[in-house]
Amino acid sequence: MSTATEAPASVSTAGTTGVRSWRNAIILSVVALFSLLVFALGAPGNDVTFRLSEQSDRFVLPPIVVSAPVIGWVAALAMVALAVLAVLHTRSGRKVPRWVLAVFALLFLIAFLTWVVGSARTPNVALYGLLAGSVTLAVPLIFGSLSGVLCERSGVVNIAIEGQLLFGAFAAAVAASLSGSAIVGLVAAAVAGVLVSLVLAIFSIRYVVNQVIVGVVLNVLVSGLTGFLFSAVLTEDSERWNSPPRLPVIEIPLLADIPVIGPILFAQTIVGYLMYVAVAVIYVALYHSRWGLRTRAVGEHPKAADTLGVNVNRMRFMNVLLAGVVAGIGGSFFTLVAVSGFGRDMTAGQGYIALAALIFGRWNPIGAFFAALLFGFATNLSNVLSLLGTPVPDQFLRMLPYVVTVFAVAGLVGRSRAPGASGIPYIKG
Amino acid sequence: MKLELIGITKRFGSLVANDSIDLVVEPGQVHSLLGENGAGKSTLMNVLYGLYDPSEGEILVNDKPVTFKGPGDAMASGIGMVHQHFMLVPVFTVAENVALGNEATKAGGMLDLQETRTRIRQISDQYGFDVDPDAVVEDLPVGVQQRVEIIKALVRDAEVLILDEPTAVLTPKETDELLGIMAQLKADGKSIVFISHKLREVKAVSDVITVIRRGKVVGTADPDAPTTELASLMVGRSVSLTLDKQPATPGAVTFSVRDLTVQAANGQRVVDGLSFDVAEGEILAIAGVQGNGQTELTEAIMGLQDHVTGSISLGGDELVGRRVKDVIRAGVGFVPEDRSVEGLVGTFSVAENLILNRYDGAPFAKGLSMSQAAIARNADEKIAEYDVRTQSASAPAGTLSGGNQQKVVMAREFSRPLKLFIASQPTRGVDVGSIEFLHRRIVAERDSGTPVIIVSTELDEVLELADRIAVLYRGRLMGIVPGTVSRDVLGLMMAGMSGDEALAQAHDVQGGDL
Repeated sequence: MSTATEAPASVSTAGTTGVRSWRNAIILSVVALFSLLVFALGAPGNDVTFRLSEQSDRFVLPPIVVSAPVIGWVAALAMVALAVLAVLHTRSGRKVPRWVLAVFALLFLIAFLTWVVGSARTPNVALYGLLAGSVTLAVPLIFGSLSGVLCERSGVVNIAIEGQLLFGAFAAAVAASLSGSAIVGLVAAAVAGVLVSLVLAIFSIRYVVNQVIVGVVLNVLVSGLTGFLFSAVLTEDSERWNSPPRLPVIEIPLLADIPVIGPILFAQTIVGYLMYVAVAVIYVALYHSRWGLRTRAVGEHPKAADTLGVNVNRMRFMNVLLAGVVAGIGGSFFTLVAVSGFGRDMTAGQGYIALAALIFGRWNPIGAFFAALLFGFATNLSNVLSLLGTPVPDQFLRMLPYVVTVFAVAGLVGRSRAPGASGIPYIKG
Repeated sequence: MKLELIGITKRFGSLVANDSIDLVVEPGQVHSLLGENGAGKSTLMNVLYGLYDPSEGEILVNDKPVTFKGPGDAMASGIGMVHQHFMLVPVFTVAENVALGNEATKAGGMLDLQETRTRIRQISDQYGFDVDPDAVVEDLPVGVQQRVEIIKALVRDAEVLILDEPTAVLTPKETDELLGIMAQLKADGKSIVFISHKLREVKAVSDVITVIRRGKVVGTADPDAPTTELASLMVGRSVSLTLDKQPATPGAVTFSVRDLTVQAANGQRVVDGLSFDVAEGEILAIAGVQGNGQTELTEAIMGLQDHVTGSISLGGDELVGRRVKDVIRAGVGFVPEDRSVEGLVGTFSVAENLILNRYDGAPFAKGLSMSQAAIARNADEKIAEYDVRTQSASAPAGTLSGGNQQKVVMAREFSRPLKLFIASQPTRGVDVGSIEFLHRRIVAERDSGTPVIIVSTELDEVLELADRIAVLYRGRLMGIVPGTVSRDVLGLMMAGMSGDEALAQAHDVQGGDL
């Protein structure tokens, strides 16, 4: 029997010669041609200024001044070259390398920014402000998508992120106004998030109600409840109920003065710092701790976890509650950091964008972080550009984050694979 | 460790799955539980493993009564289980799967997988498993995944291992290896409860055989007892295990497949360049381990697959690129491998299921309406002819037992004149009594001059029915051999050896032994 061949594997390894996906090559080619037409041929003739620091900063970097047509042509031609490379790779049956995609995306971003700023009435933009603003706008998205990571990794779909954020924002505003302390507001926000989670957990885990429906209903419920209280109570005496103190920005000496990244990393409110901490802690815990292993197991194959003595539904329950804490704190951003005071439906669909960031980030805390940053950047870019007076209509710019979301979720950037048992209730026996 | 079950009864509502079962597993013993599908073997083991609470009865470990609130308790008492459907998280590594629920941790609850890896290597070396702790489980062959399951139990110091239908998913070679591993475990003093309905394997490894029928222990048997005796004990009446079929008298070749290739959505060739013919009045069996392209082949013939290239011709008509309905009209009868999902509509009545392929023509359809009388008449005829055990013709098909469901599917497919009959896993999950009936019916169809293709992963069935046997391995044809070929040859071919090589090698081995 010694000459018998190796143990047969599944068919998955069979005949791999036929595998060939033209998707990436085609997308790159189309985008490269588009760039050539718009960014290179349609480039404005003037120079574009990107400011890296304020005159008043401790360290002043000189602004970057570039010629729009030069950048347009160089970037567009480089993109065409990468697209050709991708086509050649695909034709010879190899996969398009990741670095090609990354470099291509960066080139596109540079060309687009140069073109759109160059076409504006004032071709001068503060790059540091653009980036810092993106992070700020991304903070609630990141908290929201982390909440989604915690739920979905354990097998519960969390559509209620929107409701958690909104209720967190509401509770933070009221509690901080009444107590006069922003920190009390922060704690109240976490509690409010847990309350929403508790309803989600009880109905979806204990009573096995369809998780998507519970989530949507919760969002509507929270919107109605906070809307009613807002008009019935908060606006009656907004001095007492709806004038929370804002969380102060804590600057870390010296580090906060580093140009560009200083304000992003080292001049944040406590919510901003908590965001970085949450991403890091959840990432490490999910992949390197006992809790994380069990969480992922009950989200992928609950029965396997059950047969090894892991209590599936308790694990899920705890994760959903924890997700409420995270999303609630994210909600406090709206009323304690962004503006001082609650407004009706002020989360404005950010919870759904967070859900998209979660999928785009492939259910991974760090992936979700960068996805949320991308969405924050798109939002901020549309804000900044409408101020600069670009030729592109305002309405189109405001669609930008949602267009990015649709493309991201449609799986344009590679297939996402959801946790195996996400959305499927676990019933023993 | 001595394990004893006394008077275990498990009821689900009014259904009694286990009826006061007594069982004693002595240390260092392989104790087989033999019974048909649905006899209550798996329920009993789930009670023993703490997944179900027994309605009555007692479990003793080393003569002390124990109660298991969950699998954790059972494991703590030294009971390990390898489930029929593996309880492995597919995206985890071997080490993560083994650690789960029993994690070694460093400070702050952080995982210490290093210790788990060491334990896996240790056990792997001891039993010659050859398992890499850092491999991702979904990338591993089924046989290796099963070893991971065994490692999971051994890491938890299991003294009694329950193996639930462990050979159902294995190649003959892997099965032999597993039986070897069981012998080794036994030599180390572990007890094994081996659940199976495959008589040959049970006879090969058991020290004691307990036969279960309809939730009750109907007797114990000696491993040396003749196969027919075990079979009749299991079924409850005498069964003939051999089918007396006449040699085939093949007529003209009416069905041929040329260079058939099927690509999966990800571009892999799941069927790779197949060519074969089937003549009128012969049975071609397609053998192979599950997942080697059989499903895709049958679906390609039926027009259920996209990305099909090559040619499939039936009586001169090309079938590739035709709609399913056209293929059915061309006279192809098809029994799909998963009858409850693809073969039947579970919530439809038996009568309705019996006309799913003829609902739109006379006598069942009259203009826009259906003729209920004709449907009922047809149902009564078929139920009598195929001996379908059902409460009534209007009972939902999903409530029938596996064997009776399969009879409904077969009755429907044989209800019109066929030019080709294809059956995938025709007797999977079917009781021994019904197997006999279904096999006879298939042979009768052959004798009436229809070309027949049987896809089966059960070697017994293949050898029983086939006039010729084609073996598939990773989507490719390893060769077509006569139906009288030996099991060894088929085993080699199922592991990827060409037919000629396998014949030569099996011949050598035999020569050497003699």
